[in-house]
Amino acid sequence: MSATTLPEGNAELRALLRQVDKGRHRKDRLMKGLIYAAFVVAMLPLISVSWTVIVNGIERFNAYFLTHSMRGVFGGMDAGGIYHAIIGTLEITLAATVISVPIGLLTAIYLVEYGRGALARAVTFFVDVMTGIPSIVAGLFAYALFAVILGPGVRMGIVGAVALSVLMIPVVVRSCEEMLRLVPNELREAALALGVPRWLVVIKVVLRTSIAGIGTGITLAIARIIGETAPLLITVGVIDSINFNLFEGRMMTLPVYVYRQYSQGLVPCSPDAVDCIATINYDRAWAAALTLILIVMLLNLVGRLITRFFAPKNLG
Amino acid sequence: MVDKGASRLFRWTATGAGALILVVLVAVAAFLVLRAWPALTTPAAELTEKVSWMGEATSLLDFVGPLIFGTILAAALALVIATPIALGIALFTSHYAPRRLASGLGYLVDLLAAIPSVVYGLWGGLVLAPMVKPVWAWLNEYLGFIPFFAGTVSPTARVLMTVGIVLAVMILPIITAVSREVFLQTPRLHEEAALALGATRWEMIRVAVLPFARSGIVSAAMLGLGRALGETMAVLMILSPGFLYSFKLLEAGQQQTIAANIAAQFPEANPLGVSALIATGLALFVITLVVNMAARAIVARRKDFSGAN
Repeated sequence: MSATTLPEGNAELRALLRQVDKGRHRKDRLMKGLIYAAFVVAMLPLISVSWTVIVNGIERFNAYFLTHSMRGVFGGMDAGGIYHAIIGTLEITLAATVISVPIGLLTAIYLVEYGRGALARAVTFFVDVMTGIPSIVAGLFAYALFAVILGPGVRMGIVGAVALSVLMIPVVVRSCEEMLRLVPNELREAALALGVPRWLVVIKVVLRTSIAGIGTGITLAIARIIGETAPLLITVGVIDSINFNLFEGRMMTLPVYVYRQYSQGLVPCSPDAVDCIATINYDRAWAAALTLILIVMLLNLVGRLITRFFAPKNLG
Repeated sequence: MVDKGASRLFRWTATGAGALILVVLVAVAAFLVLRAWPALTTPAAELTEKVSWMGEATSLLDFVGPLIFGTILAAALALVIATPIALGIALFTSHYAPRRLASGLGYLVDLLAAIPSVVYGLWGGLVLAPMVKPVWAWLNEYLGFIPFFAGTVSPTARVLMTVGIVLAVMILPIITAVSREVFLQTPRLHEEAALALGATRWEMIRVAVLPFARSGIVSAAMLGLGRALGETMAVLMILSPGFLYSFKLLEAGQQQTIAANIAAQFPEANPLGVSALIATGLALFVITLVVNMAARAIVARRKDFSGAN
């Protein structure tokens, strides 16, 4: 039989096949429709969440809201803001970053530069497992740790920072490891061949080459943990006034603030009250949620810009 | 490796940091056990008396049981809703969407993961719940013979079904991301062979992509399950809790999850109450650890034997 088929035979065959295969083609189209639909369905909550947060939050999102705490605010008063929560979030997140980055980065260096054998395999595996620790369990761990050291019932910023670092370390390790592996081996070999000691190779060559990627990874890790609520709720507690001290007393944080306002619910206003807004707590919650989302998006954006502006030109 | 002085110090520091990860994981377990011990060893009668959220029961297991049940039910519900959609999205970005758009569309799905859980809780409680109320009433009226939809439908929609939807949205990104990776690894030749035999695109996916990706899909779903098991805020802010072994997804006051129960009771708990809560947290830790380790082990084994890359 020759390899070439007559054109008309081909067309006939195609028509025949199409008739036989009606069911198959229908199924193909159906699945295509379903798969497109799945994507559309997933976009609905994204659109709905961003839309409602913006619409409900923008009203109260102003300078007053950002620069006042909740001290002395009660009932349906048209007052109160998130200054204390912003302070708490920034300090606790910063502390968590200070704890996590050295540990995470060094672990990544260990895995990429030195890691051989059973320990390295165990570390890789358990870093993955650690990414799956529920945030509330991390909170319980930090609480239990400090309860053993300082006695039960401790509520302060640093406990929350420890809880957040448990969640942050694996993320930092993963992203830094990925970036360090991107550094070409030739660079290491060239430096070693020139007689540079191993540790200087790591610091001056490997880290310097991958610094942009590491910066991005750390920024994204911060974005990941800045919205954590549950561990802070049980380790740092809630407070209405400003507290700058990480090592003493409760602190407010943005996500916990959102939860707190939400759980206080509607305010019962008497009909003749002048300064009373029934939905004030929800309004504050939405505005704080908007602030939180803006911070997260800003961090994501900064993370991406770091790669763009600080990428070493000689790579690749 | 021969090194001395600063090089050796540096190597030891790096190795120490790696070992610290293992220490932390062990410490998490150790401290939880330590703080949970008082509750584990106190007789149940005393626990009932001193811990306000516990009802009448004969042992700690009776307290934890309904919570574990609620946790697993909520996570399973989320998984059932999320997995098909996530696989659809993953296939969409790997095999259906135009190449140029694919990564941008994938990024949109990742954005779902960037939204903090407390915002999902707020949205679920104030926007989604009122929205789905009529749907739940309809389900209850016409499909009430199915045990899941039976019972009295809640007038506020603060029920496990609503929670399941929010949890599903939250675990979509991770299931999508992992399965998309695996779908993209399908050997090109397998796909082309299927197409050359006259398969439609869906048939090509069924005979070439899905069988290749099966273990990847399983582990993606398990990673999603791990996330859903430990999620606190969405459950806490939406669900009206109860401590029953109940499959009624549309009735209020039936189930509660471990994580949400801890967050709800912790601020006001007395020392023994805290200890009991930590005991439930330990149960959650063990469950998620097993699920995650199983998922990671499947992924790792797959990497060794698949011959991909």
